[in-house]
Amino acid sequence: MAINETQRPDIDRIPVSLTVNGRTVTDNVPPELTLLDFLRDWLGLKGAKRSCDLQVCGACTVLVNGRAVSSCTFLAFEARNAEVTTIEGLAQNGELHPLQQSFIDNAAFQCGFCTPGMILAAKSLLDQNHHPNEEEIRAYMKGNICRCTGYKKIVEAIVAAANGD
Amino acid sequence: MTTTVGKPVPRIDALDKVTGRAAYVGDLEIPGMVHGLILRSPWPHARVLSIDSTEAERLPGVLGVLTRDHLEGIDAYFGSVVRDRPIVAMDKVRYQGEPVAAVAARDLATAQEALELIRVEYEELPLVSEMEEALVPGSPALHETNLCAEQHYDWGDVEEGFAQSDRVFEDTFTFPMVYHYALEPHTSIGHYTNQGITVWSTAQHPFLVRSDLARMFGFSLHQVRIIVPYLGGGFGSKSYTKMEPLAVALSKVAGRPVRLALSVEEAFKTVRRHAARLTVKTGVKLDGTFVARECLIYLDTGAYADNGPLVAGRAGERIAGPYRWPSLKVSSSAVYTNSTPAGSFRSIGAPQAAWASESQVDIIAHDLGIDPLEIRIKNMVSRGEEVRRGQRPLEGDPATGLRLAAEAVGWDDEAAEESGRAVSSALVTGKGLGCNLSGVGSSPTSTALVRMHVDGTLTVLVGTTELGQGSRSAMAQVASEELTVPMDSVDVISSDTSIVPYDRSTGSSRSTTLMGLAVQDGAIEVKDQLLELAALHFESPVEELSIEEGQVLCRGESIGFGELIQEEFGGVAGELMGRGYVTPRSHGGRLAQSPVFWEVGISAAEVELDVETGAIRIPHYVSVADVGKAINPQQCEGQDEGAAMQGLGHTLFEEMLYEDGQLLNPNLIDYKVPTFAELPDKLETILIENGDGPGPFGSKGLGEGGIVAAGPAVANAIFRATGVRIKELPLTPERVWRALRRARGQD
Repeated sequence: MAINETQRPDIDRIPVSLTVNGRTVTDNVPPELTLLDFLRDWLGLKGAKRSCDLQVCGACTVLVNGRAVSSCTFLAFEARNAEVTTIEGLAQNGELHPLQQSFIDNAAFQCGFCTPGMILAAKSLLDQNHHPNEEEIRAYMKGNICRCTGYKKIVEAIVAAANGD
Repeated sequence: MTTTVGKPVPRIDALDKVTGRAAYVGDLEIPGMVHGLILRSPWPHARVLSIDSTEAERLPGVLGVLTRDHLEGIDAYFGSVVRDRPIVAMDKVRYQGEPVAAVAARDLATAQEALELIRVEYEELPLVSEMEEALVPGSPALHETNLCAEQHYDWGDVEEGFAQSDRVFEDTFTFPMVYHYALEPHTSIGHYTNQGITVWSTAQHPFLVRSDLARMFGFSLHQVRIIVPYLGGGFGSKSYTKMEPLAVALSKVAGRPVRLALSVEEAFKTVRRHAARLTVKTGVKLDGTFVARECLIYLDTGAYADNGPLVAGRAGERIAGPYRWPSLKVSSSAVYTNSTPAGSFRSIGAPQAAWASESQVDIIAHDLGIDPLEIRIKNMVSRGEEVRRGQRPLEGDPATGLRLAAEAVGWDDEAAEESGRAVSSALVTGKGLGCNLSGVGSSPTSTALVRMHVDGTLTVLVGTTELGQGSRSAMAQVASEELTVPMDSVDVISSDTSIVPYDRSTGSSRSTTLMGLAVQDGAIEVKDQLLELAALHFESPVEELSIEEGQVLCRGESIGFGELIQEEFGGVAGELMGRGYVTPRSHGGRLAQSPVFWEVGISAAEVELDVETGAIRIPHYVSVADVGKAINPQQCEGQDEGAAMQGLGHTLFEEMLYEDGQLLNPNLIDYKVPTFAELPDKLETILIENGDGPGPFGSKGLGEGGIVAAGPAVANAIFRATGVRIKELPLTPERVWRALRRARGQD
């Protein structure tokens, strides 16, 4: 919606097919459309947030084939044939993902604006490294900024989720 | 019996926030909504000779262009203290990035194209970039004068005090311009019609925005509705009125709702914290007793006043610290320069004031050979003492808090070693303390409505904005506790000026205390009504009734709240309403005296410094908050930890840099904020709970104190590690490295 490319017929569209939260999505996207705008404005998935626009803050983090990417600087067409997971797709059959529950139990968010990206980055970490130590968590997560919590409770939430607490 | 207060119960917004359902202004789609973009001044100071927007207006897809020529019928100026800020530039621009024109179009690409078609002719004016230049007679003036505001505090005779002192110290400190970086930039959707205005906005103080818009656009208050959904952080950056008038004016020309979503770069050009230069002169006795203090404070308020006059006032009060002063004289000024306007930022004026005050306390302690902890305790005000002339006596006990912080960081161990400890040839460590006392709470003006539905559940209506601090949850806890119903039976609706009753503002650590009291009073009113109904039901005097777990009990019998309401209204219908009014006269007038309460900021830092690179690491950081009673201990810790990390940001690297009036680093690559990498190995929060706060259940607010003393705690630790005193923030590796070299005579 933000950039309504239907107004720009001169630009060649790229046909894409991908899965978003397990559902197949087929569309024709302009080459410069970011994955963030595609998710938010074309698919109405508002969980990923726009902040720094420079791949620094991590608020727009989503998973592409399981890896955390900054969707503000990742083009939608690059996600063709990929499996994309957003925060909306994390809970399964109404059951929160252990990280979501752990973020609640450990008070790992306040304003919540960084939280979708934070949880997905943490998921990407735990999928690669089931039991990271604190140092590994801090190193992996430093691409996600939180201005509210001071990070301590986020580290605790990730440790607890990894330990199955 | 307690149901929820004092327990780490989950936030009521928890599910919304971990599932991505929580909607922020930028997530809203208003029917008919179009998109706005702002044309900003490339010049820091220039006369606007002409603006030609005809071509832009003709571009297909453009619905409206706003310039100074499109403001007919609108009072274009606003400002929380001084009405000096126009919606868009009028005769001149005063900082790089100031809005000059705006476009509403069917999509952002068209809006961008239209912006490029607007022709603005400027005549560059000489620039004022430093406060020193600004106050020199004959220097270029941004407004009628460059002195925005000046505040004075004066008691006792400082000259006599200095004459009686054994030693007099005078030091000057500087504090950088910093930016809040709430992750969500300012976003407003304005909808103007002939009947009134609706605005969805990132506003901490929606009722103050309502007043401004009503005045500017000629409506009465009931015609202006401000709706604030979840906020993606505030920290003061979204206090008072910011982009709302522009969004509304643009909607007026476009005839449609207009969404104005700023980028982070634009947010950098909307508001920031005041840079400061502070000179502190302190007279002491040889035994460390403070005798007199005189301070001269200059705060750089940028191009417009915003909250600068209040910030100057608060900095002036807060530079006295938590200490007893037989004489004190402070002059504190806010000065205009050609830069982003400076406004409120978490504990206004306090980090600047504490940076100077608390650094100098250590300078004095070192010079007199007194332990920095002891000199603080010796001069500290204690419970019941008058902190500032005519203000509320201190209800807390900062000395106990400071001792706890010192103990937690292992102060005594280091004192025994007397100085910094070398870890290796390059690494040294040291410990430092900092503390401050801030009168907070703003004014006691908050109202709440507590509605009990026919099934016994509650909807609480408050004007407190949920900006992450957990206000909705705290209010739910207070209502739940007072009416003995579970948390999940309480919903809290906040910040919709046409629905919720009035609240002055969300800031100054005031909401749990003042709105908390209003909610508690509302809940008590509901309880009284329930007891009245139960007295009829049981045919028994109210004195024989009690409530427990959603029931009224009487001589071994019980009846549910919902059943009582049904009995009154007949059928499954009706509800009870309780009102809470917090005013200067309410509660026996006990909230009238300023401040509502005193918030401590106490920090202790252990610092590891690489003397070869100047790089600082913080192995251990302790923050103490006196909360009276923690309504939710886990959330209190979170507030304090967040504040501490934000404080470490301006201490270690945050700084907005200007050159020739151009902001060099308005982005997250060039302006660094703390990440996980800067989290101290051990970050500790200590909550003091003496039940001595004026809020519900003896609580008092927090959230600001934690940011205040980070700077001096770290700089004092560096001094103890190296003997080198640094009087400028931030403590970047380069600055520290240069200071170390200078001290060794290598520069």
